[in-house]
Amino acid sequence: MSQETVLFLQLVISGVAIGSIYALVALGFVLIYKSTDVLNMAQGEMLMIGAWISYSLIADYRIPFVPAFFMTLAFTSLLGLAVERAALRPLIGQPIISVIMVTIGLSIFLRAMVIAIWGTQYQRYPSPIQDSVVSVGPVPIPEVYLWSLLVCLLLVGALTLGFRFTRMGIAMRAVADDQQAALSVGISVRRVFALAWVISALVSAIGGMLLANIQGVGIGLSAVGLKALPVSIVGGLDSIPGAIVGGILIGVLENLSAGYLDTPLGGGVREVAPYVFLVVVLLIKPYGLFGKERIERV
Amino acid sequence: MLTLNNVEVMYDHVILVLKGLSMEVPEGTVVALLGSNGAGKSTTLKAISGLLRTEEGDVTDGSIEFKGTRIDREDAADIVRRGIFHVLEGRRVFEHLTVEENLMAGAHTRARGASLDDDLDRVMGYFPRLIQRRKQSAGYLSGGEQQMLAIGRALMAHPRLMLLDEPSLGLSPLLVQEVFGIIRRINREDGITILLVEQNARLALSVADYTYLMESGRIVLEGAPEKLRDNEDVKEFYLGLSDVGERRSYRDVKHYKRRKRWLS
Repeated sequence: MSQETVLFLQLVISGVAIGSIYALVALGFVLIYKSTDVLNMAQGEMLMIGAWISYSLIADYRIPFVPAFFMTLAFTSLLGLAVERAALRPLIGQPIISVIMVTIGLSIFLRAMVIAIWGTQYQRYPSPIQDSVVSVGPVPIPEVYLWSLLVCLLLVGALTLGFRFTRMGIAMRAVADDQQAALSVGISVRRVFALAWVISALVSAIGGMLLANIQGVGIGLSAVGLKALPVSIVGGLDSIPGAIVGGILIGVLENLSAGYLDTPLGGGVREVAPYVFLVVVLLIKPYGLFGKERIERV
Repeated sequence: MLTLNNVEVMYDHVILVLKGLSMEVPEGTVVALLGSNGAGKSTTLKAISGLLRTEEGDVTDGSIEFKGTRIDREDAADIVRRGIFHVLEGRRVFEHLTVEENLMAGAHTRARGASLDDDLDRVMGYFPRLIQRRKQSAGYLSGGEQQMLAIGRALMAHPRLMLLDEPSLGLSPLLVQEVFGIIRRINREDGITILLVEQNARLALSVADYTYLMESGRIVLEGAPEKLRDNEDVKEFYLGLSDVGERRSYRDVKHYKRRKRWLS
């Protein structure tokens, strides 16, 4: 196989892996938006906090990775609950713009907390995954990337099935459709909101730990929140498969544009490409690729 | 079964909508609540089902009792668990869920592990039109089918009392007949008590065992349907009847000028 194709495949495969992490974070957006109609701008910060907590548990408290992983999940779901309780619940029924402003404020607050506790230094993540490189056919891929892909696929599968077939999953979708009607059938809307925030916090924490494996732990991790926003919009803000496809598309697109266009265009294409893609997609499909179309009976 | 005692409802702490409303719904009956737009019929139902609070409304005085326990301070979800199910005005099915998922959502308060297949069959028995639509998004059903789905969703919760808000809204006369036939069957065969809010007075009088007439937040007239049907004012204002063949003077046409007898 020529060097060209190997490079291409390498860019695509690592793009898919990075994209699957974007997809996880986008999933966090989607889960909250789908059931509570809130766009949570603090998603990136929640991810960063997940990464930092697990870092502290492993590096400072010398807890082995697996228990530390579950403790991180417990902490972050408590954080999700607390945020929902303290910041979002009082805003139920308020205009969407004020809710979004609150989540922006929340993101600044969380970021400041992280700086206060852990500082602005980047740390190497004490990863249980070796630095080794696995060969997929002729293409060398870092092992971390494969792990990310696997974890994302599992999570996405579990969530999709859960939404479709469990009682709580149906309740969450019902709340997304019509809150008052959901109340009228006896669904506790408050419980659904809390659950959405918890699941979303869990998913972002896992995304954070995976990303920290690749980038290290630091304040810059939260920037992935900004990247996941176009991902979730491209996919359609309320579609789980949309988040996945959007994430992987944008991951690959980013990698390819960085690989081929950075040299002729002078760098930085990676940052722009997702947004160009977003605009093009929205021009053609205003609800995103998989967005819920508004059903209108005539 | 259900007793409202001098209930007062205020929206936003200022707008008084129900001004001391009292009524009773005995077990096993169909009770109709009539009245024109803005009389407070829907508000009455929401006060019972606890959905008032989502609209900044509050029961500020009086009490609502269901089987001897006060429910006016309870959560909507708990009230559904007690056996009161509110079928909202305008159908309000979950549009992006399939018909079957809508029905499962209706069974949300049922005990975990309860077998729902029999209940699904029962609902499909009442509404055979829904059978072939099982896997379709509820948003694409016709208005009549959506109304049937909304009632079917209520049946899934095994309610003892069903509050129906304008089930005839936006349906063709034929469908209205069908839906009301089913409402009657639900009452007779399943023994579910029904409190029915309707603007279509003739229709409501034909199914009800007892009737209340509301005007601006109060009950102004009550009695068996026959009694209301014979009332001159009900005839004129709600059934649109007047003495046939008689010439009407201009003053009669402007009937809204004349005070209704029950106001004096």
